Amino acid sequence: MAEFMTVLGLYIGAFFTFCIFSFLYKDNPFCKLAEQIFVGLSAAYWVIYIIYNTLLPNLFTKLFTDFSGNLILLIPGALGVMMLMRLHPKTQWISRYPIALVIGTSAGISMLRYMKSDLLQQMTATMINPVVQGDIIATVGNFILIVGTICGIYFFYFSKKQEGVYAVPSKIGIYFLMISFGASFGYTVMARISLLIGRLEFLLKDWLHLIN
Amino acid sequence: MSISPQTERRIIYLVLFLAVLLPLLFPIGWRTESSPHVRMAHKLVEQSPAGSVAIVSFDYDPASMTELQPMAVAMIDHAWSKGHKVIATALWPQGPQLADQAFRALSEKYPEKQYGVDYVNLGYKVGGMVTIQAMGRSLVEVYPTDTGGTALNQIPMLAKVNTLRDIAYISSLSSGDPGIKQWVMAAHDMYNVPVTGGTTAISAPGFIPYINSQNQLIGLLGGLKAAAEYEGLIGMENGSATAKMDSQSVAHLLILIFIAIGNYKVWRNKRIKRTQDLKEEI
Repeated sequence: MAEFMTVLGLYIGAFFTFCIFSFLYKDNPFCKLAEQIFVGLSAAYWVIYIIYNTLLPNLFTKLFTDFSGNLILLIPGALGVMMLMRLHPKTQWISRYPIALVIGTSAGISMLRYMKSDLLQQMTATMINPVVQGDIIATVGNFILIVGTICGIYFFYFSKKQEGVYAVPSKIGIYFLMISFGASFGYTVMARISLLIGRLEFLLKDWLHLIN
Repeated sequence: MSISPQTERRIIYLVLFLAVLLPLLFPIGWRTESSPHVRMAHKLVEQSPAGSVAIVSFDYDPASMTELQPMAVAMIDHAWSKGHKVIATALWPQGPQLADQAFRALSEKYPEKQYGVDYVNLGYKVGGMVTIQAMGRSLVEVYPTDTGGTALNQIPMLAKVNTLRDIAYISSLSSGDPGIKQWVMAAHDMYNVPVTGGTTAISAPGFIPYINSQNQLIGLLGGLKAAAEYEGLIGMENGSATAKMDSQSVAHLLILIFIAIGNYKVWRNKRIKRTQDLKEEI
């Protein structure tokens, strides 16, 4: 029975893969069917997953096994219930309080960390001695890093009209940004092709057993 | 004969499909050279002493398996070959199953590796950066048990692991948020634990600035190509990523040709239009 279910699963997977691929020819009911089933299944999967992997182990099991020792958990539990009040128009306003709390704490925690990791550490990483003795490639790379950072940031400086001599670093900054967009595009192409490879590998290996 | 843009698009899809399909059926065997970022990640694992405890965090779901699962298998293979012990964690809910799959994939090559002694799966925890910060204070508070329900103090390889500071290095395989960024911000920038890892190709450019003089990130595996490079560095000749690189390379070559043809067409149309305009003026 287990083997039958595995084979059935493979055939269902192959069918839905072809349904989605059929969109490349033109939009059709098979593609729509696959999309709708995917959305529905994902939503159902997440509900069950959150119940069994977040709510039960982190809240209900602890409260049922040791209620007096986990009284503090009643606070997040109550906030969760308040969040669900959003489902009814008349009680919708109650959900604003847990949302405000989540936003406030997230912003507070993230602000410190982002300030250090994305601002201070990144700035420090640019403040280097560009000359590396005996390594011309590293030296050139360091100069490109410094010039690119300064000019890239200058491009987003809008308090002074960028004309004449002030336009030069901005132009250099644009070139650096264009190169970075090009690199991002290249990586995006690679990612998309990888996804296609993954699907074809499933069809050829798992489904048809044509490759090892 | 003129072809409509829609037909043109379908031809491109078909040719691209064949360009990916045929090398999978008939491998070419092109070699992949390793890049500096992959070598940095490899060096970190290579130079950690035997007996070190490492975290491999499975921060992705099956949608990104094609790119990230080969990285996970290769990095665990490398860690085990150097005598490291591996803790699998996950900031994404489906990560623990993928960790089990990676350990299973290597069980034939390393039959002597025992659960609890050489590796452990601690499972998924909600919370992202907050969870990592808490792991820096106490691992057992965040993960009282592993995925099988065994208490952490009953697991032999974790006897001397109390916080993140007891970890030699962290490798986060990440396809979004939370993921490698949170490990850099919390584990490295707060607790100075070396962080490396891999991401899907699409998000790799965003993490390259973290590979800097501050060593926020020590190397990075970006996409399937980097996974193949890592497999090459550890001598995994028949690795899952290496087998797919022929298709990737042929597809990239084809896209370059398409871009060149597209640019030629734009240039030709502009020239024709300019000639027509000149004739009208005369």
